[in-house]
Amino acid sequence: MLSLILILLAATFFTGIIIRTKSIASGRKGPGIFQPLKDVMRLFRKGAVYSETSSFVFRIAPTIYFSSVFMAMLVVPFGASKGIISFNGDFIFFAYVLGLGKFFSIIGAMDTGSSFEGMGASREALYSMFAEPAFFILMGSLALMTGHTSFQEIFATLHLGSSITYALGVLAAFVFLMIAMIENSRMPIDDPKTHLELTMVHEVMILDNSGFDLGLILTAGYLKFAIYGAIIFDLFSGSISYGYAIPLFFVMQGFLAFVVGMIESFMARSRMNHNAQFIVVLSSVALLIFFGALLVSGKFI
Amino acid sequence: MIYVWGFLLIPFMAICLIPFLRLKGKAIVVCTAVSLTAILTSILAFQGLSGQPFELQLPGSLISGAIRLHVDALSGWFMLIINFSILTGGYYGLSYMKAYADQPKNLSMHGVLFLLLHASLVSLCAIQNSIAFLIAWEIMALSAFLCIIFEHEKIATIKAGINFLIQSHISILFLMIGFIWVASQTGSYDFSVIRTYSLTHTSALSLMLFLFFFTGFAIKAGFVPFHTWLPYAHPAAPAHISGIMSGVLIKIGIFGILRMLLLIDLNYTTAGIIILCLAIVSGVYGVMLAILQHNLKKLLAYHSIENIGIIGIGIGLGCIGLGTNNVILCSLGFAGALLHTLNHSLFKSLLFFTAGNVYQTTHTLDIEKLGGLVKKMPQTALLFLVAALAICGIPPFNGFISEFILYTGLYSWMHAADITSLITILVTVSALVLIGGLAIMCFTKAFGVVFLGNPRHTFHQEIKEVPISQLIPLYLIAGFIIAIGMFPSVFLNTLIMPVQLFTGIHQLPFASFQGKGMEALNSISQAGWCLTGMVVVVWGIRKLALRNRSVTILPTWNCGYTVPTSKIQYTAASFVNTYTQLFSSLFLIYKKEKVVEGVFPAAAHYETRPYDKLEKWLIDSPVLNLKAFLGRFQFVQNGKLQFYILYGILFIVAIISIPMLYDQIMQFVEFLRQL
Repeated sequence: MLSLILILLAATFFTGIIIRTKSIASGRKGPGIFQPLKDVMRLFRKGAVYSETSSFVFRIAPTIYFSSVFMAMLVVPFGASKGIISFNGDFIFFAYVLGLGKFFSIIGAMDTGSSFEGMGASREALYSMFAEPAFFILMGSLALMTGHTSFQEIFATLHLGSSITYALGVLAAFVFLMIAMIENSRMPIDDPKTHLELTMVHEVMILDNSGFDLGLILTAGYLKFAIYGAIIFDLFSGSISYGYAIPLFFVMQGFLAFVVGMIESFMARSRMNHNAQFIVVLSSVALLIFFGALLVSGKFI
Repeated sequence: MIYVWGFLLIPFMAICLIPFLRLKGKAIVVCTAVSLTAILTSILAFQGLSGQPFELQLPGSLISGAIRLHVDALSGWFMLIINFSILTGGYYGLSYMKAYADQPKNLSMHGVLFLLLHASLVSLCAIQNSIAFLIAWEIMALSAFLCIIFEHEKIATIKAGINFLIQSHISILFLMIGFIWVASQTGSYDFSVIRTYSLTHTSALSLMLFLFFFTGFAIKAGFVPFHTWLPYAHPAAPAHISGIMSGVLIKIGIFGILRMLLLIDLNYTTAGIIILCLAIVSGVYGVMLAILQHNLKKLLAYHSIENIGIIGIGIGLGCIGLGTNNVILCSLGFAGALLHTLNHSLFKSLLFFTAGNVYQTTHTLDIEKLGGLVKKMPQTALLFLVAALAICGIPPFNGFISEFILYTGLYSWMHAADITSLITILVTVSALVLIGGLAIMCFTKAFGVVFLGNPRHTFHQEIKEVPISQLIPLYLIAGFIIAIGMFPSVFLNTLIMPVQLFTGIHQLPFASFQGKGMEALNSISQAGWCLTGMVVVVWGIRKLALRNRSVTILPTWNCGYTVPTSKIQYTAASFVNTYTQLFSSLFLIYKKEKVVEGVFPAAAHYETRPYDKLEKWLIDSPVLNLKAFLGRFQFVQNGKLQFYILYGILFIVAIISIPMLYDQIMQFVEFLRQL
């Protein structure tokens, strides 16, 4: 329950901080950090425009996409406090329920019959496929190190003691951050602020969404960032008492948003045909963590 | 005994009746016969599944010896799957075949064969005598072959059918070698002697024997590299037969493998690793090729190979668990495999039936010509969507449950594993994840291109939804898919008895799935309800929010382009273009291309035809080489009668002279010896 509230709170400012960081880095004053929230609130009050090609799939896709992200959020714990849903192997559910959202966002894009949206859908399908093995190998390694298979138990028993484990923790944080970037279609995979449809991934998929539906999709994006931020925080939180952990959580989320903003300000998007290779690299980093976990647990012969 | 008589008499009487009836009568007789047989055998199956195996000894014949019938929990599970698929397939086929009402003879043949196929499939689960088993197997193979070539006036259909026929007979060959091997050593054809044989011989011999059976059954099941018949046979057959083939015919191969695992005592770890390796290759290779296909049914056929891979992963894990006395891995592996067998038979038959609906209205399966069907056939589209989500293993549908069981087994194995097992786990998990990801790509492509967007082709006939009577069986299957996804524990608990058969081989203590990580299924079912509730709530809020707002319908945003046509949509080929390029070294794609040239270009075209690299290496090249070798002896067949008479005379002379010569030589040798 605690994690749900904290993630919801973090989601309100996460994207705002990214945008603010980017504007300051490029020498502008920029909007306030709650501007994305205000945008969404405005969208929720608007009417909708639908394509004449689209069917019920297009209308229900944003709802299911949002619900799937929301369900994934319920699984994520906060330190030692469980998520609302917690069971052995809940991280499998986490990944697959996000898959449900992806499936619907892809077919929602295909439903408009637009060439641009088909392009975005095709890219999304390919990239998310490549990102999944990294997540599973990483969670498997953490499960190996701790001997548990649910998010909460893994994070509650994950003790970063030796220097190797710290290195693994940093690597794991890197992988999670990159998965978050891919899931949210951010740099270096995708540039949300690009102006050319041909170079977009996620933005081009939602070209035809408007009003309430667009609001749902944007909210789901904010939530996703906060969810991954929470997971990264959990990696390091261990058994810190709530009095310290809760402020630390917000500091960490703010810091992550700042990092994302800095990455987006000072890095160019990869070329489209290099993206797949980049994502496969993540799996290799995850493999590195796996072998590190083998070392730590003394199973390396 | 009454069951056996009923089981034999019902189809027999129906088969005798069918040719003499009118069209409607044929349909009624086939349906009642199939339903009665299904009810009869389901009673036995439920008894077996509840732990009271049905046992009967028939006198048999002089050659075969007594024929033992035995329906235990494993047979029961498969019999229920077969009956459900055949029933839904039969009722669906009833409407599907209405389009062929002008071919009454062909239809009566089809009805007869359908009954035979059902009867042989069910009896294969019960027969415990190798000769009777092989006869039933042959009836199954032949009736399936004749069902496939229903549209026998098409060359492609006949070719696919003959491919199926040859490969099923290669499968029978392997099975025969296995059975003869045992029979020649023990002198009995009963299945129980297979167990005594393997117990009294070295484990290497048992493994060899198992591999013969495994190869035979794997050809039927469609494991890579024995899969090449599947992508031809499935598109060629009528939709309900494709659904049944994919749903249960290939599963009889899985049943055979499982039955042999129960009978042959072997080194389970080795067998498990062999099965696991083949299964991983099948799973990944199947789905990778599925993505390339442009023919909807061929795409689904490759997905059957993928799902057989997932089932195989379960069997492999179960065997390894058995070999290492790891009761959790063993039970979860076999449970995952058995549940996925049911799951796959459900969603794959549903996919084939909906593909059949598409074919029936549009007369094409080429997905590049389809599009926008969701508006004309909303119910078919919805059913296809449910099955597609299920096959991708997405919660809250049934595919997720069986994959989750396999994942749980794998992750629980990790805590007790050494480095080699850990690498195995790593590879298996990555394979399962990749299969899931690729399946999502494949089915977003299939669903998106076939049902969504604008039509890519103008059809001359009216495109409309199929009649409701044809959709009812499909809704039934969809209901089952959702039921398994929402109440997984119920279905898992029916698997306790079949799984106990396997854990019982090594007397592993296994009474229920309690304490094996399966409490999670309750949470999953709660999460499934939660997800459904969430969707309903958000949808309701959305409705409320849009109530007083303006909702406008406008053309799709085209970046300012003013004359959009359906041709600018993303096609299936362009959807997977990046993927195809990334893995181009694994694929074999034939291209036919006429490029645009010059200032005033003539018509250009571009055509790609994906082909199977393994098929080229393992089937086409050896066959070509054999043909080339045999071609050297073509001079013998020169078409001149004189030569043929000469061959005849030479043959007669040879038969007479060779024994004489042999005698002479032997006499000479004797003579030399005496010297």
